Amino acid sequence: MNIYRDESNPLFQYVVGLGDDALILGHRWSEWLSKGPNLELDIAASNLALDLIGQANLLLEYAAEVEGAGRSADDLAYLRDTQDFRCHWLCEQPNEDWGVTIARMLMFSTYQYLRYSALMQSTDRQLAEIAAKALKEVTYHRRFAAEWTVRLAQGTDEGHRRVQNGFNILWRFVPELFETSGGERTLANDGIAVASDSLEADWRETMDEVMTKAGVSAPETSGRVMASRHNGHHSEHLGHLLCEMQFLQRAYPKASGATW
Amino acid sequence: MMAATNTRPESQPSSDKAAEIWAVLAGVLDPEVPAISVVDLGIVRGVMVSETGAVKLQVTPTYTGCPATALIHEIIKAAVISAGYFEVEIEQVLSPPWTTDWISQEGREKLRAYGIAPPVGEAAVGKALLFGVPPQVSCPKCGSNKTEQVSEFGSTACKAMYKCLSCAEPFEYFKCI
Ligand SMILES: [Zn+2]
Repeated sequence: MNIYRDESNPLFQYVVGLGDDALILGHRWSEWLSKGPNLELDIAASNLALDLIGQANLLLEYAAEVEGAGRSADDLAYLRDTQDFRCHWLCEQPNEDWGVTIARMLMFSTYQYLRYSALMQSTDRQLAEIAAKALKEVTYHRRFAAEWTVRLAQGTDEGHRRVQNGFNILWRFVPELFETSGGERTLANDGIAVASDSLEADWRETMDEVMTKAGVSAPETSGRVMASRHNGHHSEHLGHLLCEMQFLQRAYPKASGATW
Repeated sequence: MMAATNTRPESQPSSDKAAEIWAVLAGVLDPEVPAISVVDLGIVRGVMVSETGAVKLQVTPTYTGCPATALIHEIIKAAVISAGYFEVEIEQVLSPPWTTDWISQEGREKLRAYGIAPPVGEAAVGKALLFGVPPQVSCPKCGSNKTEQVSEFGSTACKAMYKCLSCAEPFEYFKCI
């Protein structure tokens, strides 16, 4: 077991967290390939997946450099086990159907939009540059998700039911988005990171705007997950996802498996 | 209208050799949109040549996940080596992030002639809006403004799919970013 502790190399953990969110959500989007609701959306899914995996590549390359342990971005993506991942539970949840996928994308792209916007002011030049680049992409991801939330909810009863179901089952992962670890707080105080809890008010405002326009609502009682990504805790879904995503690298280590 | 084009760096090559390399790169076509060069596209951000002839190129990606990035680096390198500069290094730069505003005026005309509608207006307008309105794009085949967006995403990250309501042709639009 190689669980990163909060006090060890907080910048590495922070950047890995940013990269893992993009990587795992990008993989989830790639799962739609050849199964999209129609051809246009299949193509949209592959574009969204590419953007997110591109962001993950930049972030994990930087994380590997920060760690300075000789690991590459590939090693971080393909050779870590679940307990070493720092992605949010929201990103690793299964796609289920288009309604759940869209609800999750609205929730998470809104979060990424706010996080990258704030990170553009980071005193860490590398992080600020990656954030500025990624923000351009996340801006249209968020727009895509917002438009689809409204389109589904204002369309048929079935569409409304499915996107509302997405919010119903995913809302319990909201508190984790704003959980701020000690290491993150210290980095934020130094102007390097963005404290996750500082994003909550703006996030709720955007979600409220879109969900009101769509006519969907957050579930009244949602509870919350009592485990945290910061300690290496994840849902069982991440393990299944990694089985597929890491198969090539692990099955053919001598051929060095997959490279970016 | 295309005020941002002055942020493209090639107007002041640092030396005759650098100018020669810019000219070589002006002939290297984007593999995914082989109508325009990497210079027209605005992704070459700097050319430095040392006294010994070692070349350093600064190149910026269009999209973070653009699958053509590695290939573009290879063909750029090959072109510069073919021009007699054997020591070539490529540095990927992220800042300032690439924008379609950097596509040259000639590049826009080449795109249109190739059948791809060039980006409309400047990237800064309305990009952060939560609910977007697809831009008014004119048909590259017949020039009609009566067109509609079919899909915001297309065959490559940089393009959307449109169709013309006048001549009924489907076409691609190079999106603003
Ligand atoms: Zn036409």
